[in-house]
Amino acid sequence: MVFAGRLDAASIGPVWRPAMRAAGRARGHPLSFDLSAVSFSDVAGAGFLAAVEAAHGDAAQLIGAPEHVPALLVRARAAAHDGATGEAAPRPSARDVLAMAFGLALASVAFVGEAAFAIARLPTRHRMLRWSDLLRYIDQAGVRALPLVLMLGYLIGLILAFQSAVPMRRFGADIFVANLVALSLVRELGPLLAAVILAGRTGSAFAAEIGTMKVNEEVDALITMGLDPMTMLVLPRIIAAMLVMPVLTLTLDLAGMLGMATVLRGFGFPLVTIAMQVQNWVTTHDVYGGLFKAVCFGIAVAAIGCRAGLGTGLGPRAVGLSTTAAVVGGIVAAIVLDGLFALIFYRLDL
Amino acid sequence: MTGDTIIRVDRVAQRFGTRSVFRNVSFTIHQREIFAILGGSGSGKSTLMRQLIGLLTPSAGRIEIFGRTITGPHGDVALREVQRKMGVMFQSGALFGSMSLLENVMLPLEMFTDLPPEGCEAVARVKLGLVGLGDAASLNPAEISGGMARRAGIARAMALDPPLLLLDEPSAGLDPITSAGLDRLILDLRQDLGATFVVVTHELASILAIADRCIMLDRGAYSDAGGVIAEGDPRQLRDTSLHPRVRAFFRRELPAVAAA
Repeated sequence: MVFAGRLDAASIGPVWRPAMRAAGRARGHPLSFDLSAVSFSDVAGAGFLAAVEAAHGDAAQLIGAPEHVPALLVRARAAAHDGATGEAAPRPSARDVLAMAFGLALASVAFVGEAAFAIARLPTRHRMLRWSDLLRYIDQAGVRALPLVLMLGYLIGLILAFQSAVPMRRFGADIFVANLVALSLVRELGPLLAAVILAGRTGSAFAAEIGTMKVNEEVDALITMGLDPMTMLVLPRIIAAMLVMPVLTLTLDLAGMLGMATVLRGFGFPLVTIAMQVQNWVTTHDVYGGLFKAVCFGIAVAAIGCRAGLGTGLGPRAVGLSTTAAVVGGIVAAIVLDGLFALIFYRLDL
Repeated sequence: MTGDTIIRVDRVAQRFGTRSVFRNVSFTIHQREIFAILGGSGSGKSTLMRQLIGLLTPSAGRIEIFGRTITGPHGDVALREVQRKMGVMFQSGALFGSMSLLENVMLPLEMFTDLPPEGCEAVARVKLGLVGLGDAASLNPAEISGGMARRAGIARAMALDPPLLLLDEPSAGLDPITSAGLDRLILDLRQDLGATFVVVTHELASILAIADRCIMLDRGAYSDAGGVIAEGDPRQLRDTSLHPRVRAFFRRELPAVAAA
C-alpha cells in the first residue's frame, strides 16, 4: 500500500473503508506500507495504519517512513492489542434481564417496607424528622403550586362545561352540566389532575434533590453519621405531599366549578340555580372520597419520586433519568390507583 | 506510637459480580495512629474505605472496629454503635447543600446530643474555627472552594469528637499550599484530640508528611486479584522496598515499557 501526503484525523476519513477492504482482500499475502511520500503522521494516522494491519492480520513492513512514524505505530499496535484483550462487557441474557426486573420489583417492595418501618420507629427517632424541612416541602409542594392549580382548575371547568353544554343543550338538559362537571371534578378529575401537577412539579423535584444528594455522597454521609435517609429525607417529603394534596384538590375543584359557573352564567342561568344544582347532587361522600384518593395519590407520587432519587446511579446523567422515572412513575401510579379505587368504591357501593 | 487496636481487618475481600477488586486484605490500626491506605486509581482503596465505614459489606473476611465485629451476623447492630464513634469525610466533602456550613456541623450535635440549640451552635463554631473556617460559617456549600468544602467536611466529621476519623482523599486535586494546610490540621488534631486517623490517598507528599504507617493496595499485572502489596512506614517503604509497583509509586520509577 502506498500512502502520500498527511496522515492525520482530517485526511484519513475518505480512505479508511477502502483501505480496510483492500487489506481484508489481501489477507495471507505479505503487507507493506510505502510511506516515503508521507509528509506527516499523527497518532490518528498511526492508529489507522494499525487498524489496516489488524484487518489484514499480519504486521506490515514499513518502507521509507518518516522517522517518528515507526515508534508511533508500535504504540498504536500495543494500544490496539491492549484494547482487544480487555474483557468486553458480557451481553445480558434474557435470564439476566428477568433477574434484574425481579430485583427492581423486589427493591420497590423493600422501599415500601422500609418506609413503613421508618414510620413505626418514628417515636424513637423523632429528632431526625426536622420540622423546618417539613415546612419547606409543604411550601414547595403546596403553596407554590396554588396559582397553577387555580388556573388549571378554572380552565378545565370552563372547557368541560362548554364542551358538554353544546350537546346537552339539544335535549334541553344544559342545567345538568353543573352536576356533570361538579361530580366529575370532585370524584375523579380533581384528585387526578392534582396528582399529575404534584408529579410534574414536586415528584420530579424530590427525585432531583435526593438524586443530587446521592451523587454528591450526601446520602452516604447521612448513613455513616448514623442518620436514616428514610426518616431524614423521605418521610418529611411524603408527609408534606399527604398534607398538601387535599388542599390542592379542593382548590382545583372549586376553581373548576367557578369555570363551570362562568359558562353556565353565559347560557343565562343564575348563580343560585347552579349552586342549588351542585348542592343537591354532590354529596359529602363524593367530596371525602375524592380527598381520600388525593391523599393516596400524594403518598404514591412522593414515594415514587423519593425512591427514584435514592435509586440514582452515578454521574449527572443519572439524576435526569431518575427525574424522568419519578414523573412517569408518579402519573402512571396515580392513574392505576384511580382505577383500583373506582373498582373498590363500586364494590363497596360508595 | 502503638496503643490499643482500633481497627482490625482480617482477610477481607470484595467482589462485584465476577470481578474481584481485592482479596486477603488484613491489617490492624492502633490508637493515635495516622494510617494511610495507598494505591493507584482503581486499586480498591475507596472500596476498602466504604467497607470500613459500613457502606459496603465485604464479600469475605471480618472487620473489627473498637472490638466490635461490624461484618457478619449482628454486624449492623455493632455498626450503628461504632458509627457514633467515628467521623467520616467524603471525597467531595459531601456537605448538605440545603444547609450553611454552620448548620452542617451542627446537624450531628442536634441529632445525638442534648445540647440546647445555642450550645450546638457554639460548639459548631469552635469546630469550624479549628479548620480555619470561622468566618465562613454562614456560607452555603455551593459558595465555597473545594479545599474549604473538605475542611468543612472534616469539621463535620469531628463534630462529636469521635476517637476515630476516616478521611477519603483529603488532599486530592488541591494546590500544594492548601494540601499542606490540611496535613498540618490532621497532625494538630491528632496531637490535640488524640484521635486515630485513617487516610485514603495517593498524594505522595501528604503521605510522607503525616502517615505513621500505610498499606499499599494494587491490582492488575503483578497480583492477579489485587490486594496488599506492601505494609509499613511509608518513608521506609520509599527507601527500601524492592517491589516494582511500590518503587513506581514512591519514586516514580516505572519498569521499562516495551515502547520502541
